[in-house]
Amino acid sequence: MDFDLTEDRQMLSDSLNRFLADKYPVEHRTKVAYAEPYHDPALWDGIAELGALFALASEDKGGFGGSGFDISVVFEAMGRVICPEPVLGALLASRILSHTDADQEALLSGAVRYAVGLGEIEAPYDLSFIKTEAQKSGDGYTVTGRKSAVYGGQAAEVILVAAKLDGKLAVLSVKAADADVTGYGMMDGGGAAEVLLDGTPAELVLADAEAAIQDAVNAGIVALCSEAVGAMEVLHAMTVDYLKQRKQFGRAIGSFQALQHRAVDMLTEIEQSRSIVIKAASELNGEDATKFCAMAKNLIGRAGRLVAEEAIQMHGGIAMTWEYPGSHYAKRIIMIDAQLGDTDYQLAKVASAA
Amino acid sequence: MDLTFTDEENAFRQEVRDFFRENLPKEISDAVKNGGELTKEHMERYHAILNEKGWLASTWPEEYGGPGWTPVQRHIFDEESCRAYAPRIVPFGLNMLGPVLQKFGTQEQKDYYLPRILNGDDWWCQGYSEPGAGSDLASLKTRAVRDGDHYVINGQKTWTTLGQHADWIFCLCRTDPDVKQQEGISFILVDLKTPGIEMRPIKLIEGGHEVNEVFFTDVRVPVENLVGKENQGWTIAKYLLTHERTGIAGVGASMQSLEEVKALARKTMRSGKPLIEDPLFAARIAQVEVDLEAMKITNLRMLFKAQKQGAPGAETSILKIKGTVINQELKDLARRALGPSAAPFPGHITDGNLALAPASEANNAARYFNNRKTSIFGGSNEIQRNILSKAVLEL
Repeated sequence: MDFDLTEDRQMLSDSLNRFLADKYPVEHRTKVAYAEPYHDPALWDGIAELGALFALASEDKGGFGGSGFDISVVFEAMGRVICPEPVLGALLASRILSHTDADQEALLSGAVRYAVGLGEIEAPYDLSFIKTEAQKSGDGYTVTGRKSAVYGGQAAEVILVAAKLDGKLAVLSVKAADADVTGYGMMDGGGAAEVLLDGTPAELVLADAEAAIQDAVNAGIVALCSEAVGAMEVLHAMTVDYLKQRKQFGRAIGSFQALQHRAVDMLTEIEQSRSIVIKAASELNGEDATKFCAMAKNLIGRAGRLVAEEAIQMHGGIAMTWEYPGSHYAKRIIMIDAQLGDTDYQLAKVASAA
Repeated sequence: MDLTFTDEENAFRQEVRDFFRENLPKEISDAVKNGGELTKEHMERYHAILNEKGWLASTWPEEYGGPGWTPVQRHIFDEESCRAYAPRIVPFGLNMLGPVLQKFGTQEQKDYYLPRILNGDDWWCQGYSEPGAGSDLASLKTRAVRDGDHYVINGQKTWTTLGQHADWIFCLCRTDPDVKQQEGISFILVDLKTPGIEMRPIKLIEGGHEVNEVFFTDVRVPVENLVGKENQGWTIAKYLLTHERTGIAGVGASMQSLEEVKALARKTMRSGKPLIEDPLFAARIAQVEVDLEAMKITNLRMLFKAQKQGAPGAETSILKIKGTVINQELKDLARRALGPSAAPFPGHITDGNLALAPASEANNAARYFNNRKTSIFGGSNEIQRNILSKAVLEL
């Protein structure tokens, strides 16, 4: 047993953390995360040049990683600076395409940005209830329906969409230029889109895609949970720092036991979060991936709420301000819960898998 | 023990309900429902509507133009105003300064300021917190130095709610730096048009502008703007805080939020069924409903006790702690129910066909984040716990 990263992953982690710390100071992050196009295209290129996207796919698919730990390293680094670059879309797309023989070079090099439309307004998490439909049309296919909260969709050139084809879940590829894409900024920074499809020309990626989509969702969950762990650790460190520095009643507020215990409770939940993410990452390519990923997302949902809310509360008014970096971390941590299945949805999944 | 409202109280409730139905402009109730920021005009119009009816200053005695309501009537009014999506009254002049002037002000101050508060001539804001004096308010540093017929004020106040609309600010200032902290503070009224005052906006976590920083540089204020005696400010501040704490349970607002969450959960689809049929979400709603049902009674018990004693006691801190937590939980459920549809930044999707949720729900995430303030302001919930452990448990 060994809980250290391999040398290669440690190197990727170090270079990515250095790059992001250098290029994504929080002032810059706040500037680009809340204004069109809700990320920084130059930094997207920089992240791609570091090979971060290649780390998301296995060697036989053109990458140099693809394990849960590779994904975890990339997204934890992003979480530490709450990076709004649309890497999640690239991961989900690569993961689906890895169930085909498609060439992923353009995706993994960052040359073409992908997003993946899974959920819909009335079926945000459980995809068996989606209404978007694909139809054969001449040599190709068309898709009709609405994909909602497509993360990174505001900046994507290609959108993979989950649709029903002959009653089964399929994945089709749509050019963003052919679809009606309305991009928007999100509460916690970064962008998403509503994608309206109305007889939109599409290419079939995978006809019987249920397992591939679940695999992509599982990888996405490892990514989001790792991002949350990175963000929670930074927010916790800010909180502890504040407890040491802020003086009221003639002493550091961190000298009050009532606050000390709460800061320790945060720490405990963050350590638990890191552990469940390690477990999920280690199981990602195994048979029980769905169960362990559901466990991770459930725990992160609970821990994230505690950490974000307690961080704000113990900072007092200051963490309620836009200017204070911690507020943006708190927002990101909370909003992660609503991506790819919230804590209740995952709990039900864990219960039914047992 | 009798938990039923009297016939008179029920009739009063009907009267309030009818009043709101007939007199509350839809534009204002829609703005409240949609959770956006209310404009100054909205608030002034709403205050004027209540004032015309004589219901604006609900806590003032009749001699000053209040309605002379019992605590139960005030409670009913609170419930009905939330039910009608009426705004919360802007409290600074009406619920904070008004009672202070009535107890500590000179006759001239009462005669001048109180009618102007009722008529909406002056919008007041509060100058209490400072960057270095939040929970430890008594450590405040803003100085007021006597110079002939004036005080000269230098310093900085912060978290000044709706200061951007205000004409006047009531401030706690240090007038004697050489005595025990609590004994060197004075309560001073400052016209914001006085030279040397700068108000800067603070942008909040969800992007809104409610609070401000106020900077004072050599601001000259006539000595007759002192309320009470010099260095009596802490006594006044404590008196004011007890007034701030009545109604702080926010029971009416939580009852309204609960109904909204239920309505949302009834129409939101998850896995082919309405969300309210999801046992986990249903349990979350039921849990907070239990807490709220108890809080209604806790609130009424304390209102009655306050009525008997003549003033609210330290145990009202319980209302602040539990009341804000219940309301925050409801805001969490509303955000949770929307799921990914809560993601768009407020105002980013305005196209009716594209909106992921109706306007009244689209701001649920913003409201959740904004509402975290309630356990911080008005004496943080940690300070309320200190008050309870000291004053009630005598620890």
